[in-house]
Amino acid sequence: MTADLRAQTLAAALPALLAEAEHLAASLMLGAHGRRRAGHGDEFWQYRPAMAGDAAGSIDWRRSARSDAHFVIEREWQAAQTVSLWVDPSQSMTYSGHSSRAPKGDRAQILALALAVLLLRGGERVGLIGGGMPRAGRSHVQTILAEMAADAAQDYGVPQADSFTASGRAVYLSDFLGPLEPLQQAMAQAADRGLRGIVLQILDPSEEDFPFQGRVIFESMAGSLRHETQSAADLRARYLDRLAERKAQLKQMCQSMGWLYTLHHTDQSAMIPLHWAYRALEGA
Amino acid sequence: MNGLAFLSPALLWGLVALPALWLILRAIPPAPLRRRFPAVVLLLGLADRDHSADRTPWWLLMLRALAIAAVIVGFAGPVLNPVASARLSAPLLVVMDAGWADARDWPTAQRTALDAVAEAGRMGQPVAVIRLTDAPSTPVFQSAEAWAGQVAAMVPSALNPADFAAWAAVLPQTGFDSLWIADGLDHPDRTLLLTALQAMGRVEVVQSTEPLFALRPAGLKDGDIKITVARPTAAAPAEVVVIARGPDPSGIPRDLARLPVPFDAGATESSATLSLPPELRNRITQFSILGQTSAGAVHLTDDSLKRRKVAIVSGASDAEALQLLSPTHYLMQAVAPIADMINGDLTDILVAKPDVIILADVAKLTESDALLEWVDQGGLLIRFAGPRMAASDLANDPMLPVPLRAGGKIAGGAMSWGDPKSLAPFGDTSPFAGLTIADDVTVSEQVLAEPGPDLSSATLAALSDGTPLVTRRAVGAGQIVLFHVTANAEWSNLPLSGLFVQMLERLTLSSGTSSNESLAGIWTADKILSGFGAVQDGTAQAGVTGADVAAALATGPNRALPAGIYAQETRRVAVNVIGPDTKIAPMVWPNGTNLRSTDAPRAQNLMGPFLAAALLFLAVDILAALWVSGRLSALVLIAACVLFAPEVKADDQMAIRATAGVVLAYVLTGDAKVDEIAKAGLIGLGERLTARTSIEPDAPMGINLETDELAFFPFLYWPITADAPLPSAAVFAKLNRFLRTGGMIMFDTRDGDFGGTTPEQQALQRIASGLDIPPLEPVPPDHVLTRSFYLINDFPGRATGGTTWVEVSTGAEIAADTPMPFRSQNDGVTPVIIGGNDWAAAWAVDDQGVPMFPVGRGRAGEDQREYAYRFGINVIMHVLTGNYKSDQVHVPALLDRLGK
Repeated sequence: MTADLRAQTLAAALPALLAEAEHLAASLMLGAHGRRRAGHGDEFWQYRPAMAGDAAGSIDWRRSARSDAHFVIEREWQAAQTVSLWVDPSQSMTYSGHSSRAPKGDRAQILALALAVLLLRGGERVGLIGGGMPRAGRSHVQTILAEMAADAAQDYGVPQADSFTASGRAVYLSDFLGPLEPLQQAMAQAADRGLRGIVLQILDPSEEDFPFQGRVIFESMAGSLRHETQSAADLRARYLDRLAERKAQLKQMCQSMGWLYTLHHTDQSAMIPLHWAYRALEGA
Repeated sequence: MNGLAFLSPALLWGLVALPALWLILRAIPPAPLRRRFPAVVLLLGLADRDHSADRTPWWLLMLRALAIAAVIVGFAGPVLNPVASARLSAPLLVVMDAGWADARDWPTAQRTALDAVAEAGRMGQPVAVIRLTDAPSTPVFQSAEAWAGQVAAMVPSALNPADFAAWAAVLPQTGFDSLWIADGLDHPDRTLLLTALQAMGRVEVVQSTEPLFALRPAGLKDGDIKITVARPTAAAPAEVVVIARGPDPSGIPRDLARLPVPFDAGATESSATLSLPPELRNRITQFSILGQTSAGAVHLTDDSLKRRKVAIVSGASDAEALQLLSPTHYLMQAVAPIADMINGDLTDILVAKPDVIILADVAKLTESDALLEWVDQGGLLIRFAGPRMAASDLANDPMLPVPLRAGGKIAGGAMSWGDPKSLAPFGDTSPFAGLTIADDVTVSEQVLAEPGPDLSSATLAALSDGTPLVTRRAVGAGQIVLFHVTANAEWSNLPLSGLFVQMLERLTLSSGTSSNESLAGIWTADKILSGFGAVQDGTAQAGVTGADVAAALATGPNRALPAGIYAQETRRVAVNVIGPDTKIAPMVWPNGTNLRSTDAPRAQNLMGPFLAAALLFLAVDILAALWVSGRLSALVLIAACVLFAPEVKADDQMAIRATAGVVLAYVLTGDAKVDEIAKAGLIGLGERLTARTSIEPDAPMGINLETDELAFFPFLYWPITADAPLPSAAVFAKLNRFLRTGGMIMFDTRDGDFGGTTPEQQALQRIASGLDIPPLEPVPPDHVLTRSFYLINDFPGRATGGTTWVEVSTGAEIAADTPMPFRSQNDGVTPVIIGGNDWAAAWAVDDQGVPMFPVGRGRAGEDQREYAYRFGINVIMHVLTGNYKSDQVHVPALLDRLGK
C-alpha cells in the first residue's frame, strides 16, 4: 500500500472519527468554558453597585431604574487558553488485542478530537503539536483532523517540545511504551516555558493482562524489536511487574512536573477519560 | 471361526518403527507462534526459566503414535471372525425362499444373499439368484455386479414358496454350488429341490433364527372373535400381541383392540378370544401380530366377521295366526343364524340404524320419508309381496323398485288354467348368478310389475315365463329389492327351499360362505397384501373368477391371485396367506445338509474402522497441536461445542416468543411460496391492526402442526394446498383441543370460490373430516363478524364473492337440544372460518410495506384490498373480543322499548 493510498483510506475514515468525537463531546453537556470570575467577556456575570470611577456609559440604566442605586453590569472573564494536543502517531498505537476492540490510536484520536471540539466550543485555541499554529474557532477541528491523519513509521512515538506556546496547556495521548527520556525532556522543556498539561496513557487490555502462553515470538508493531519465549505464561508475572514499574515511573514524572496523569484502557468507555481531561484542563 | 486374522500380516512389521518415530517426534518442538505486541519492549531481556515446554507433550506423542499404529494395522487388513470357507470353485446359485415367512427377517436374508454374491464376485465366479415364489424359470448366471443391485431391490412375496419340483426340473445341468436362504418352514417337496441342487454341487443352507408367528383366520365363536396364532417350533413360553385395526368414525385407521395371546412351553398353537361390541367388531379390517412384519402375521377380514343388523317388520298382526303361517317365520329362520335381529316398529328400528330392513307384505309405509333417507344413505330394503300389497294401488310407490299393477297373478290355482311356474336360470349379471335352482321350487301366485323400459334391467330373477320375481332399484347409496312373492309359503314354496337362504345371503345379508357357488362371478382385487404385511391398493390387478377365489381360499394365495381383499359389488372376500389348516412346521433338513443360521458371526473387515480411527486421532492431533501452541482460541472451542451440543430449549424460546404478545400464526404447508405469502399476509394484517386498533401483534409465526404447541395462539391461518397431507391422529387431537378451547382456524382454499370441487377444497374436506367442526352456514348479514370493528357486508380477499362459512349462529333454525359445545364455551366465537378468497395474498406486504400482489383493477382494486384488511381486522377483533359487539344487534330493539 503506497503512502498516498494509505492517507486516502485514513482520510475516508476521518469524518466518521469526527462524528464519533462530536458525539462524545456532545454527551458531555457542558456550557461555555467560562472563568467563573468577572472580567472581559460577552456573558453576563453579575450587577454591582456603581462606584466612583465607573464610566457613565457602563451603568445599566434598566437595572438602575428599579432601585435608587446605580448598577453596573459585570461580565464574566473569558480568557482564551492555548491547548496543544499530542496524539502519538507511532505504529505501536495501531495495536488492538482483539478484533472487537479498536486500536489504541483510534481511541487516542477520538479523545483528542472530542477534547478539541469541546475546547474550541469554549473559545480556546487548540493546536496539534507537530501541526499548524493553535487557533480558535469551531472550524479549526477540521484542520486538526487532517493533521492527525499522518502516521509515523517508527515503533514508538516521541513528543516534540519545540512547538509549545508559552503559558498554555498540553495534552499527551499515547501508550508511553517507548523510551521515557524524550518524554521527560519534552516535559522539562514545557515546564520551562510555563506550560503544564496532562498525560493520558492508553493501553489495550491485553497489554495489561498478558494472556499469552506457549512458545511465542513477540514482535513490535514495526518489527524493530523481537523477543522469543518458550513459555509465554511463565513471563507474565515479570511482565506485569515491569508494566507496573513503568506506570509508576510515568506517574512520578508527572507529579514532579506538576502534570496530571491518568490511565485509560480501550475496553472502557471513552467518556471517563474525556471528562477527566476536560475537568483537568479547566482546573489546571 | 472366531478370532482376528490379517490379510497382509507382513505390514505389521511397520509397528517396529514406532519407537524410532517416538524419538523423532519428541525431538521436534512445536512451532512457535508469531505475535505482534507493542509492549514487547517490556519483555526484552526476560529469560525463560523452564525449557521443558519446548518439548511436545507425551500425550500428544502418544496420540500420534496411536494414529500411525492404527494406519499400519488398518492397512494390514484385520478381519474379525474370518470365514474359513472353501474357496468357490464353481458358479454360485443363491436360492431364496422369499415367501411370507422370510419377510420377518428379510434384511438378514438379503444381507446373506448380498454377502454371498459379493464373495462370488471376489472369486470371479458368476452368480444367479432365484426366488422360489417366482414362476420357475432356468436361472441365468451373470456377474456379481449385475446381481448385487437386483438382490438389494428384492422383496419377499406374500406367498408360500412352491413348485419345488418344477424348479428342480429347470435347473441348469452344469455344475454349480448353491446357497439356500430358507425361511425355516417345512414346505412340501422341498427335499426334491435339495436333492437336485446337491446333485450339481455343494449346497449350504442358511436359516434365520428369528421367532416366527403366523395368524390363523379369525373366527366368530359365540359372538366373540377367536384368534389363533401358530408358531413352527414348540419353544419356550412366549406371548404375542394381536392388534385389531380398523377405521374410527372419522375414517382414520386406528388400533381398535389389542389382545395378548400367550404360548405355553411346548405349544405350537394358541388361541384367545376377543370380545368387542358389534359396532367395533364390524369396523375391524385386519388383525396383525405386533412386531411381526410378514404377510403371515396379518389377517385381513372380510364380511364373514361382520354381523349385520337386520330388522324384520311385518304388516300383518300375527298374534293369532299359526306360527308357520306367519309372514316372517321363514325370514327369521333364515336370518337368525347369520345376523343380529332387531325388533320393534319401524320408527324405533330406524333409530337403531340397521343394515337391512325386511318388510314382509307391508303395503302402506307411514315413515316413507325417513325410510327413503335411510336407504339413500346405504340401507338395504328388502320387501316381500303378499295379499295386502296385491290389494293396494302401488303404481307410484317410491319405496318399490318397479311400479306394480293392482291385483296379482295366480298360476296353477284351482280357478286357473296354468301350472305353478318354476324359476328361470339366473342371468349372468344377477347377484344370484350361479345359484342352483332346485326343480321343485314353484310360484303359484305373485304380484306383477307394470311393464316398462326399465323392467328388464331391474329384474334380478324371473320365472320361466319371464315374469319378474325379484326386482331391484338403486336409491342413492342403498337399494330397494322386492320379492314379488310372500315371505311365507302361501304363494310359493321358495321360502321353504335352501335357495331362499342363499338368495338372502347374496343380497349381502351375509357373505360368510365361501362355497364355489356363492363366489361365482368376477371378483376384483380391492387391497393387496405385500410380503411384509402392508396393505396396498390392488385396483390395478386384473379381475379373477369366483372359482379361482374359492381355490385360493382353500389352498392359499398364488401368483395370479395374491393375498388381499377381493370385492364384488358390496361383497368382500379376504384371501389370506395363512388358512385355518395351513401347515406351519419347522423344516427338518436331511442328515448331512450343510446348515447354518444367519446369526452366526459374520466376517468383518476391520480395515475401515482402523483407518477411521487413525483419521480421528489425526483430527484430534490437529486440535491438540493448536492448543499446545496457543493458536486454538476459545472461540473455536465454543464453536465446536455449539456444533456438537444438542439443540435444547428451542421449544422454550418458541413458547416465550409466542406468549410475549399477541402472535398471529399460520400453518406451515410445506409449500414455500404459500408459506411466504401467509407470513407476509399476517405481517401486513398485523401492521394494519397496529396502526388502526389497540391490537398490536408481534411478528407472525409459522406453525408445524406435528411438533409445535398450539395453545399459545388465538388465531391460526391455514392456507390449504391441493397436496396437503392428512395430519396424524395426534395432530387431529391437538387441533380439536385447540378449537374446543377457544382457538380459531381460518381455512383458506385460495381458489376464489367455495363449491367443493377444486383440488384444494377436496384437500380441505379430507382435513376437515378429522376435525370437530360444528354445523356451518354462510356468514349471515347480522353476524358479529360484520360489525366487530368495521361495518362490512362483504369479505373479499384477493378474490371476491366466494361464500365464507362460519359456525351456525344461535337462531331459531337450530333446535334447543342440538349439542353445541362451542357456543357455550367460546363466548360465541366461531371456531372456524372457511372460505377461498385468498385473504393472505391481499394482506401480504413485502419488506418495504408495499403490497406484494395486485388486487382487482385500479381504484376499485385498492378499495377491495382495503375491505380485505377490514375483514381481517374484524376477524382478529372477533377472535380476541368475542361476541360483545353482537350485543349491539339488540340496540334498535332496546331503543324501541325505551321510546315506549
